[in-house]
Amino acid sequence: MAYALQQLINGITLGMIYGLIAVGYTMVYGIIGMINFAHGDVFMIGAFIGIIVLTALAGVTSVPLGLLAALLLSAALCGLYGFSIERVAYRPLRGSFRLAPLISAIGMSILLENYVQTSQGALERAVPDLIPGGITLMNENGFVVQLSWMQMAIVVVTLVVLGVFTYLVTRTPLGRAMRAVEQDPKMAALLGVDTNRTISYTFVIGSALAAVAGIMFLVYYGVIDFYIGFNAGIKAFTAAVLGGIGSLPGAVLGGLLIGLIEAFWSGYATVAYKDVAVYSVLAIVLMFMPTGLLGRNEVEKV
Amino acid sequence: MTAVAANLKDSAAVAFIALLLFGPFLGVQLGDGNAGNLTLSTRPALLGVAVALTFAARFLMLLWQGRRPPAVLTRLTAWVQQSGKFVAPALLIFAVALPLIPGVENAYIDLGVLIMTYVMLGWGLNIVVGLAGLLDLGYVAFYAVGAYSFALISQNFNLSFWECLPISGLLAACWGIFLGFPVLRLRGDYLAIVTLAFGEIIRLVITNWVALTGGPNGIDGIAHPTLFGLNFSMAGGPGTFAGFFNITPEPGQRITYLYYIILILALLTNWVTLRLRKQPLGRAWEALRENEIACRSLGINLRNTKLTAFAIGAMFAGFAGCFFSTREGFISPDSFTFIESATVLAIVVLGGAGSQLGIVLAAMVMIGVPAMLQSLQIYRMLIFGIALVVIMVVRPRGFISTRKPTVLLGKPKVVLT
Amino acid sequence: MSDVVLSVTDLTMRFGGLTAVNGLSFEARRGDITAVIGPNGAGKTTVFNCITGFYRPSAGRIVIARQPGDTLLLNRLPGHAIAKKARVARTFQNIRLFSGMTVLENLLVAQHNKLQAATGFGVLAILGLGKYRAAEKAAIELARHWLEQTGLIDRADDAAGALPYGAQRRLEIARAMCTDPVLLCLDEPAAGLNPRESVALNELLLKIRDTGCSLLLIEHDMGVVMKISDHVIVLEYGKKIADGTPHEIRNDPEVIKAYLGEGDEDDPDAPIAGTLVHSV
Repeated sequence: MAYALQQLINGITLGMIYGLIAVGYTMVYGIIGMINFAHGDVFMIGAFIGIIVLTALAGVTSVPLGLLAALLLSAALCGLYGFSIERVAYRPLRGSFRLAPLISAIGMSILLENYVQTSQGALERAVPDLIPGGITLMNENGFVVQLSWMQMAIVVVTLVVLGVFTYLVTRTPLGRAMRAVEQDPKMAALLGVDTNRTISYTFVIGSALAAVAGIMFLVYYGVIDFYIGFNAGIKAFTAAVLGGIGSLPGAVLGGLLIGLIEAFWSGYATVAYKDVAVYSVLAIVLMFMPTGLLGRNEVEKV
Repeated sequence: MTAVAANLKDSAAVAFIALLLFGPFLGVQLGDGNAGNLTLSTRPALLGVAVALTFAARFLMLLWQGRRPPAVLTRLTAWVQQSGKFVAPALLIFAVALPLIPGVENAYIDLGVLIMTYVMLGWGLNIVVGLAGLLDLGYVAFYAVGAYSFALISQNFNLSFWECLPISGLLAACWGIFLGFPVLRLRGDYLAIVTLAFGEIIRLVITNWVALTGGPNGIDGIAHPTLFGLNFSMAGGPGTFAGFFNITPEPGQRITYLYYIILILALLTNWVTLRLRKQPLGRAWEALRENEIACRSLGINLRNTKLTAFAIGAMFAGFAGCFFSTREGFISPDSFTFIESATVLAIVVLGGAGSQLGIVLAAMVMIGVPAMLQSLQIYRMLIFGIALVVIMVVRPRGFISTRKPTVLLGKPKVVLT
Repeated sequence: MSDVVLSVTDLTMRFGGLTAVNGLSFEARRGDITAVIGPNGAGKTTVFNCITGFYRPSAGRIVIARQPGDTLLLNRLPGHAIAKKARVARTFQNIRLFSGMTVLENLLVAQHNKLQAATGFGVLAILGLGKYRAAEKAAIELARHWLEQTGLIDRADDAAGALPYGAQRRLEIARAMCTDPVLLCLDEPAAGLNPRESVALNELLLKIRDTGCSLLLIEHDMGVVMKISDHVIVLEYGKKIADGTPHEIRNDPEVIKAYLGEGDEDDPDAPIAGTLVHSV
């Protein structure tokens, strides 16, 4: 019972991180119909920027301020990365046949991974435990269920960020523009919506969210390398698909689901095959529900 | 303001963005200390150079935009298109003759083996992606099945390469069907991501099922291929190739043998593809790519058509994997990562999906060029990524983007596309 | 010429809360040109999709009689069997050609099943064995025949996507005919055609009818419907409101109210008021 509770806590925390990344995937897929393969690597870049900022500010500022600085700087810079990636690799191919943006995205992903690898080295990078401690929830036969401050911080930050983001999408003109372009780009353009700018904003926001996820990953796990984006990317995309591509609450829900699957599988089966479990879930779900759990049914007109 | 001034302003803005992007990664370097001991050192020179290069590149790009390409270039491309008919046979003759050219180094023949392995993989994936239009990002799984099946079967059942080859192909084809079943109803990007997941699952299973596959350490001591029972051992003597023909044993002999094996396998792949294109099956694949719903309305069994594409494509990957295994003598999960799938897919798309010749050219460029630039090895993958993006943006349809019809009613004429 | 080739009984199609087709029953007679007309949203294409296996009906029966007495239930057939076993072919509202392939290749794909059977398990033909070459020759001849009937013979080797709109429509019909159907279902074949092309279309459809194939068509163009149909069925909001000869339909007050609007009764080419729109 205690063990399960711990897995639950771990799973939810991990799921929040995946959910943040998944939102970026689902937004981009919703608006331009392509999988942004490089999105996972933006998450990785966010983590790296975080570690660089933290290292730069180590000893100069307190930990909370340092973390805040890392969060903001990373989000801003990753937003810029997202913007640039879209302009360079995707915009010229809009309207081209469907394989071209995919290859370009794969190329961009490889580019980013190796950009970080060659510029910062292939070694893992670690940070010390920045938010240590937590509260003990229960103690069952010596097994202690811990809810760390870190985990709580992650959940809180994620919920706050998602709240702001939801407000942005549902209440502001930008959000309306995003939804309009998602539904019908031609019509939106005819009505005066600047499609290019809207798409750019989508990338910027998605990338900023990925950066937040990256910082949280960095602080939670303490270790990063240039390849974390690949794995996290596939899992986050799985989450987006599970929840139904195009559905924002679905992406978060999918993220939670993936986090829980991973945590429980690691806890009760083997750690080695946890990724296999997640990928298999993706295949099984899509087999029976080609548009995901909450996805909009894309009925092709016959 | 004048055009030049506008371009300068634009380039400056781009350079500024580059400064912000490159700043954390190029301008600064994390020290090698552990957690708590991290240090940062600055590299202003590197950052400066990168930003300057970006500025220059953008400026040149703006200058070049809107200019007509120089007459030399247009004449060159026209010549290439017209002489296209001769390129294929010329390449074929070159490929067959390469090891026989006196004075050609083993390293080049070896490079030829590498390139042709990828050509074969490209031709195999072309059946799935280029002809049938099924976006497969997990092709490396079948390559792995072929490789590991040879390693395990040859070591446990003492069968030779030639005996194992059809078995590897068959096993890979079965996996092609097995992995094709779940994705029958998926389209486009969803299909891509699930096949990618499958590729990763296979790799993870290979890495972790230590009892069967040796795990991350791989399998060693895999037998090299023999020629009618003669092996290519350096020791010479009876039972070896050198001993039989009474010549001094040299490494080049085995390499040449391997070269011709892969050449034959690749040509087999090509021949089967060309024949199938003219058969109902090949046409059904292309029709599937063009319009799936129309296919259904014409009575074509989509499930069987898709599964056949997966199976046959997988079979060729299995053959290639079997060859890879016997050539290297050692295999490990590291050779079967997603990067391999991405590379083969890039070759197919760069070649101009569906074009056999294009794939050869693309493989030569993507595999041959980096292999020859030894000094840039650490930057290989980085350049690969950059190249993918640049080539896609500049020429999304690939090298050769026209389709050759499989049957003509009248005389061959210029086909309007 | 009076036995029934297609009988639809109590066909109902529900999408969630929306009932697109409600208890529709009608019969199409062999050798007839049967037209299904009705305002936009009446459920015509839904009926088509049920008949041709793209939707599974919520209720009802659809039975095809390939020969008199040789009947087959269509509801439960898998999609690809509709053309193969039931010999029902169709064209689409939004043209669905294989644009990258040539016109001739499009027609060969239509004969896939026949050709595939001649390849000897798909493998022997690769080696040049078997009866494939003869079968392919016969298939090309059939394709040539239909290309001549539709006036596309000069463009046989052009990419299908390069053809002008009217030619693409004709190609779709030729392709459907190459599956040797008993019933040809056409979804708005005259959409986007100019008057001259519409006349040519009428001639083509009559020629097809004369080969023994029955036709079922959805159409808005009254010139086509009234001139060549033997039997007209009118739908409104998923229900049948009239069923009879063109003459009977034209004079049916229900139909006039719902669809045809006021116009010169004896002139089928009179401008039509009401909700009639030429689909493009």
